[in-house]
Amino acid sequence: MPIDWTALVVFVLLFVLIAALGFVAGRWRRGDLDLIEEWGLAGSRFGTVVTWFLLGGDLYTAYTFIAVPALMFGAGAIAFFAVPYTIMVYPFVFVVFPRLWQVARHNGYITASDFVRGRYGSRWLALAVAVTGIVATMPYIALQLVGIQVVIAGLGIEGAGWMADLPLVIAFVVLAAFTYASGLRAPAAIAIVKDTLIWITVIAAVVVIPIQLGGYGKIFAAIPPAKLLLAPGPANALLPYSGYFTLALGSALALFLYPHAMTGVLSASSRGAVSRNAALLPAYSFLLALIALLGFMALAIGVDKAPQFADYAKAYPRNFSVPALFIAVFPSWFVGVAFAAVAIGALVPAAIMSIAAANLWTRNIYKEFVNPTCTPAQESQMAKVVSLVVKFGALVFIVFIPLQYAINLQLLGGVWIIQTLPAVVIGLYTRWLNEKALLAGWLVGIVIGTGLAAAQGFTPVTAVPVGSYVLPSYTALATLLLNFVVAIVLTPLFNATAARGIDETRVEHYT
Amino acid sequence: MQGNGSRGYRVWYLLLLVPYLAMVWVSSYNKLEPEWAGIPFFYWYQLLWIWIGSALTVIVYFATRSHHR
Repeated sequence: MPIDWTALVVFVLLFVLIAALGFVAGRWRRGDLDLIEEWGLAGSRFGTVVTWFLLGGDLYTAYTFIAVPALMFGAGAIAFFAVPYTIMVYPFVFVVFPRLWQVARHNGYITASDFVRGRYGSRWLALAVAVTGIVATMPYIALQLVGIQVVIAGLGIEGAGWMADLPLVIAFVVLAAFTYASGLRAPAAIAIVKDTLIWITVIAAVVVIPIQLGGYGKIFAAIPPAKLLLAPGPANALLPYSGYFTLALGSALALFLYPHAMTGVLSASSRGAVSRNAALLPAYSFLLALIALLGFMALAIGVDKAPQFADYAKAYPRNFSVPALFIAVFPSWFVGVAFAAVAIGALVPAAIMSIAAANLWTRNIYKEFVNPTCTPAQESQMAKVVSLVVKFGALVFIVFIPLQYAINLQLLGGVWIIQTLPAVVIGLYTRWLNEKALLAGWLVGIVIGTGLAAAQGFTPVTAVPVGSYVLPSYTALATLLLNFVVAIVLTPLFNATAARGIDETRVEHYT
Repeated sequence: MQGNGSRGYRVWYLLLLVPYLAMVWVSSYNKLEPEWAGIPFFYWYQLLWIWIGSALTVIVYFATRSHHR
């Protein structure tokens, strides 16, 4: 495709504006950035509204905005599981996470691993939670870059060899620099601007495109019937469509265990701000559902058959669909706005994820196992440097390793992170489960989950045999049950053989 | 709030189970009809549940508000 100069200029201007905002954000609600609580959690000063923007920008990532409609475009109705997923996540968050916020506030915890360490008195269980968080986050950061890559290519910028990756490298250096300088304040400030751009883009798209195409009826009429509804499962399925709802439920349970979600929750200034966000964040779910429908609009308008997108479709199969739709229906300047929204939409979660991973490394690995006597300034400095390392690793990953690896690893990330649920979530209510049994359950869940996912070529659903029936289930959810069984069965055994760890939290810390 | 019925507010939390039941029962909504504004049932029904889920959370928030800040 030829370079669209108008779109490119608008895109670059918005990007520069946002980068500048990232640097000045360090002075917003000013704190001492030599403390990890200030750099990595913005001093927990964010009220309901900022938390809403921060979590919205954090959870509904650029990758989501590209990949969900791309899956609708390619596979149809199954991709809509993202909607029940986001419906199921918030009641869970409403019940559980204000409690986590409370105990974290009482005890100065900045990560889930901090809580597990305090609650169970087990540094090894805490290490397991920290390592899981870091490893599950890394491929997620890498995938954010895919969003940037796709829109840069959509602007018509092509290069040979290492030049092809230059725009991506520039975007990432900018991201790394402002995260280092401003900590969590940078993505929070940027999220406000970026979310506004996303809302404008999507509302324009869902109003303008159906008008151009002659209404939603025409759009859905153009979709092949096989893509409109879920395919019936195997004949001996125990429950109908269990693949669909277990994907939604498992993803919902996993989402807030990710370090970047945890960081967003813990940066809230009050317990009420967390509760209120559980009721207010569904507005973003609605946005995501509309974005999912863009995949069908791209199909209806025939971007896969348009000759001008042939090369683009070849370079980014499926993922090209929504950017191509925007190019086809919007004026150039608005294409620039929409693409900037996606690219900036990648920076916010990438920044928060790298901060969250850095917090975990510094607090729960470096300070716990390497240098227990480090000063607060050393701790903060370590976190800043690690956030750079994490992002650089993601960049190397996406430039040198086939994209499919990152996608597979991100799928595994969901299977891994959900294994921390028994320790973190059940731990908020009872410490009946023994820490060694939890560790054993975690290990079984990780090993079996990874094995199952790999054995079926990194597709998310496993056919669990139940007698003569099968229950197709999201692998993460199935292995979480296994994890629970192991933890429950082994608890009396470990209780009988050794003394329990010490609980530093008190009942009154939770309410 | 101590004493008789101080735990009664917890009943409100049962409302939060409703969206899960609705979404797990996929057979009830994996169909094209009735359409709304040209949008098949499968799509608009799930969109609607985003708002119902949010509304239920708001109700539980206000009903249990005095018990947690």
